[in-house]
Amino acid sequence: MGDAAEARKHFKSYMVVFGALALLTAVTVAVSRVHFGHHSINVGVALLIAAFKASLVAAIFMHLKWESSKSIWWSLGICGVFFVVLLGLPTWSVSDAPPNTAHAAWDVLPREMVMEAKGHHEEGGGHGGSHGDEGH
Amino acid sequence: MSSEVLPYTVEPHPVTGVYSGKLGTWLFLASEVMLFGSLFSALVLLRFSAPETGPAAWPATGEAAGLSWKIGALNTFILICSSVTMVMAWYNGKLGSLSKARMWLIVTILLACSFIAIKLKFEYFAKFSHGLYPSTSNFYGLYFTMTGLHALHIVGGVIVMLYLVGPGASLWKKDPEYYTNRLECTGLYWHFVDLVWIFLFPILYLL
Repeated sequence: MGDAAEARKHFKSYMVVFGALALLTAVTVAVSRVHFGHHSINVGVALLIAAFKASLVAAIFMHLKWESSKSIWWSLGICGVFFVVLLGLPTWSVSDAPPNTAHAAWDVLPREMVMEAKGHHEEGGGHGGSHGDEGH
Repeated sequence: MSSEVLPYTVEPHPVTGVYSGKLGTWLFLASEVMLFGSLFSALVLLRFSAPETGPAAWPATGEAAGLSWKIGALNTFILICSSVTMVMAWYNGKLGSLSKARMWLIVTILLACSFIAIKLKFEYFAKFSHGLYPSTSNFYGLYFTMTGLHALHIVGGVIVMLYLVGPGASLWKKDPEYYTNRLECTGLYWHFVDLVWIFLFPILYLL
């Protein structure tokens, strides 16, 4: 096997990435205990660490660092574009809606449909309160 | 022999520059990105369009919903270890040792099984016994769908690895490089499953 020597060269990278992934998992947990003032900052930090871990896995374990096939890079590039659209659409649609209207559908759906389907009643004043609401 | 039936299983395809199994695996993984991406997309839409208060408000999540970050972190570590053992299986195949490659595959399978066992015993069954189901809330609906789909991927990977340890290993005698390439493709898939979990863990357990 001609590239056995090359595989051997990468051995150290695998071990370094293993250590980094374990360490970053601990960091993810530790950082989630800290409150950065706003929840969205916590979300951002957690996603940044996750993205860094993911890129380590992709680059070293999945050999993308040494990948030269244009076919693979094109496939991944196009996939990346669609992925951004896929996650961008809900983010955009939520942020684009006027305040307190984006949730209108969700506000009605779970209460009217889910509760009814489950025959679920809210404990306590569920009867009086919610029926008054449904009248509208 | 086998390479006459299916071309470019070992030597790179002149157009793509890689053996065809590898390109196929990457295309499959691209479709997997979209599959899991759609669920992440659903999570973003449901979470951020939920009202601040009222019955449709976003329910308790993570620890407040009863998930244990310790179990999540343990399973994260198990998956990371399994990614390393998977790399070791391929690496030993490259170095020409089938017995070591198989041994590392078996370790990977055992790690995958412990991931599933922990998931079932301490998470799914424990949640069910506390009356927490996918129908409990939007959060639990997404939690069970996303982790369930991920767990199915783990099971799928275990099936492929069992094949490679067992009957599939006979390919080694015919063409060790072809077998090692299969190890690499299985590894690509396996690392992707690990990669998905890297995102699932903080999103579902910590945020």
